[in-house]
Amino acid sequence: MPRVPGTKTGRNAELGLLALAMIIVAAYGATVEANQFDKITPTFWVPAALLSALFVALHLVVRFTALYADPVLIPTVALINGLGVGFLRRLDLARAIAQKQPEPGIFAGVGGRQLAWTLAALVLAAVLLIVIRDHKTVSRYAYTLGLVGIVLVMIPAVLPASISEINGARLWIRIGSFSIQPGEFAKLALVSFFAYYLVRKREVLSLASRRVLGVDFPRGRDLGPVITVWMLSLLVLVFEKDLGTALLYFGLFVVTLYVATERVSWLIIGLVMFFGGVYVAYLLGASVGGPFANFYDRATVWLDPFAAENYNRVGGSYQLVQSLLGLGTGGLFGTGPGAGSPSKVPEVRTDFIFAGMGEEIGLFGLSALLICYLLIVERGLRAALGVRDSFGKLVAGGLAFTLGLQVFVILGGITGLIPLTGQTTPFLSAGGSSLMANWLLIAMLLRISDAGRRPASGGPAPSSGGPKQPPAQLHGAMTEVIKP
Amino acid sequence: MNAPLRKAGVVILVLFGLLFANLNWVQGYKADEYRTNDYNGRVQVAEYEVPRGIIEADGQALASNKLTDDELKYLRQYPKKQIYAPIVGYKPVNLGEVGIERAEDEFLSGASDKLFADRVSAMFTGDEAGGGNVVLSVRTKAQEVAWKQLTGNERGVKKGSAVAINPRTGAIQAMVSMPSYDPNPLATHDTEDAAAEYKKLNADKDKPLLNRAVAETYPPGSTFKVIVTAAALQNGYDQSTQIPAGPLYTAPGSGAPIKNSSAGTCPERQVNLKEALTESCNTGYAQLGVKLGGDKVKKAAQDWGFEQEDLTVGSLEGTGLAVAASRMGKIQNPDGSTDLAGLAQSSIGQKDVRMTTMQGAMIAATVANGGKQMRPYLVQQLLSPDRRPIYNANPQTLRTPVSSDIADDLREMMVSVVENGTGKRAQVDGFEVGGKTGTAENAEGADDHGWFIGFAYNDKGEAVSAVCVMLENVPGGHASSEAARISGLILKAAAGQGGD
Repeated sequence: MPRVPGTKTGRNAELGLLALAMIIVAAYGATVEANQFDKITPTFWVPAALLSALFVALHLVVRFTALYADPVLIPTVALINGLGVGFLRRLDLARAIAQKQPEPGIFAGVGGRQLAWTLAALVLAAVLLIVIRDHKTVSRYAYTLGLVGIVLVMIPAVLPASISEINGARLWIRIGSFSIQPGEFAKLALVSFFAYYLVRKREVLSLASRRVLGVDFPRGRDLGPVITVWMLSLLVLVFEKDLGTALLYFGLFVVTLYVATERVSWLIIGLVMFFGGVYVAYLLGASVGGPFANFYDRATVWLDPFAAENYNRVGGSYQLVQSLLGLGTGGLFGTGPGAGSPSKVPEVRTDFIFAGMGEEIGLFGLSALLICYLLIVERGLRAALGVRDSFGKLVAGGLAFTLGLQVFVILGGITGLIPLTGQTTPFLSAGGSSLMANWLLIAMLLRISDAGRRPASGGPAPSSGGPKQPPAQLHGAMTEVIKP
Repeated sequence: MNAPLRKAGVVILVLFGLLFANLNWVQGYKADEYRTNDYNGRVQVAEYEVPRGIIEADGQALASNKLTDDELKYLRQYPKKQIYAPIVGYKPVNLGEVGIERAEDEFLSGASDKLFADRVSAMFTGDEAGGGNVVLSVRTKAQEVAWKQLTGNERGVKKGSAVAINPRTGAIQAMVSMPSYDPNPLATHDTEDAAAEYKKLNADKDKPLLNRAVAETYPPGSTFKVIVTAAALQNGYDQSTQIPAGPLYTAPGSGAPIKNSSAGTCPERQVNLKEALTESCNTGYAQLGVKLGGDKVKKAAQDWGFEQEDLTVGSLEGTGLAVAASRMGKIQNPDGSTDLAGLAQSSIGQKDVRMTTMQGAMIAATVANGGKQMRPYLVQQLLSPDRRPIYNANPQTLRTPVSSDIADDLREMMVSVVENGTGKRAQVDGFEVGGKTGTAENAEGADDHGWFIGFAYNDKGEAVSAVCVMLENVPGGHASSEAARISGLILKAAAGQGGD
């Protein structure tokens, strides 16, 4: 894919931004060492340099396979990923110091493992970019992907709790010390399937039967698929004991449905169904208990985390309270990287990593991180706006929205905004599944943004995927071409 | 499709806006509250950065600190374990403090206003200020003897308590509660272990965490006769006044007759007051109480400290261990008239009369101090971190229930109890000892409680110590004689003799 003369690819900007991100990561590592060891070791730059090499390698792959891809995505994600590795390494250092052990090696400890996982995740992302040259080819495997997605979602619920349950939520497959979260990968598969399904069915689903209060509502018989997914997500809620995951899948489906049909009624129906279901689950948890008890517990804990009976109960609000106290201790500016006590927060390497970092980088640092996430989501949505085919639009929009929703669910949970659920914080949390799945997601967005931003061959090249688009109707027409 | 995509973008923007607003709430508005929250372990790290003050008695450390490698720098230690636990209490990492550790927490931690100057000077010198030290009034010899004798009692009693007071000052010389507990596992930095230990102790049916000396009340039995005697002396009786006695007495309106402890106890129709107390004549005191009337008996009890609900023993200026109120109980019929049968029972310390071991010791101390009841205290001195005295206990008279003349009569009569009567086992060579035994029925089929309250004068005629020993459910009868024996040994040790 040679560059069209006179067009901007944004690749040099990407490299520049990447350098900036890596300088921040290196500075973070240096500050951690200064606070932990009272001096900066001569090797403080090694993790940042290794990460830089990895990201530059990905950058080179993009140069050859997706020349016009969005230049902001990789540096922003690289910054978050790098800070995550740095923070995990910081926890390793603190533990080594406490146990009077020597400084852990570059690939040792949780931080080192995260570095290795980053390598694996970037390899996967590169493979995706190399193998899938046109995102529309994915739609050929839509039904397979849909089946795979549902299987991935259901596996932990079907497996015995001893294999799948960690901290009350059944989201894992654990084999020995090794565990994967299949749900992370299911996101990607399900988005592709939903997008394909909705592109084909959007006409039917757009049909309105009745107008109520100025909103067109669909025909009863067209509610089938949305009810199916709703049931599925509530099953997830009950059997995997996880509200966040349920919200994620259902939100993903409703939003792609809304984008595909442009019918607000779907949003309303979806929201009412979801929150109605959640409320019923809460009531059932209070009265019947059984499989609903876990959700009821989480909700009561969320309503009053500082109550002694909630705090002292096993599986109560201890985690949430420690998270809030950590964040509060950090205050506006934080204690400085390496100078706090993040290990007081349970699960600080995974679910609560944002709270652990928040103690040290403060409200200002967390706000910056939040803006980075927002940037990624908005860039993903921009890729959806820019690409010309409906399938691409739905995939990019769905993926970007899900990422944003996941960030909201976990960060809202650990800051007490919504009931806490076990989700990973994308690109930050320790763990290979999350990192790999989310880098695959980014690779997909890169691929789609490349399609959207690439100048039409021969014609005048738009410098970016702006609003200069063909009329919307044509998007639908193009999908006919890609029928399997 | 672009319009809904943009709207989806707006939704994300709103969600992130909520996150941002909530972060401002948590990290801005609530930050100070969270930073100092009790659940915040970081507060503890700071608290444990400086050594907490020492709690000591007679130059021995009862609570001290050990430097550790933990995140919490100093570990609180209790070298004497069970012996002092009911007094000193403990300072756990996560749970609430107990005992003197709680009452003097501000001073021990260094946060007290009394240590303000020390904190300022530490700021300039750069030394770590640390907390102030607490010197207890406890005589370690008396405490150790009391602990040893109580736990090694000759009757195999499992539960009981003892208190010894300096009658002239109110300084507590010994306070033992049995069974006790080792505070060290509760103060460990491993909060899970500490919580498990607390749970275990709390579930123990013998209640080792309960300070039986101050927090539990029991029927006082015949020790209560001292108060009825005082009431009689205040109402025109003297030691030689003849009072009706006899082997049996049935109060008006009651079917169950009151008996004496043995057939040889006051079978005569009349005995004098001194003999009645010396022999612990139940029929005599039951009739005496009925004769005096409920109001006078009640008032006497109140004069001696019964019904006081806000007494604490610690520093005379601040808080301390709460002492449960001793009670007379109701002696009224439903129609408002005096329940004479109940009054007869109450006059020998039964029915609903309840007393703490501390109250028992205070009664004996008041007699020994010429009728003046001194407020009991545990904190003798507060020392700054560099051991400069900041507070010295200044003895306070709590109340004066009887004149010194009546107190002298009571003293003579109580000495007669130990020399000629039921309290012979409390005798100590070289000291004039007086006292009163008590054997209290408590529950259907249960062994009686054994009591002794008493005092000792040295050869210079100074009251050196007053004591109360209480043994729960003493098997084998004569419940009070073991209490009297232990009391004698505690009095001796408190007077500076005996012990190791």
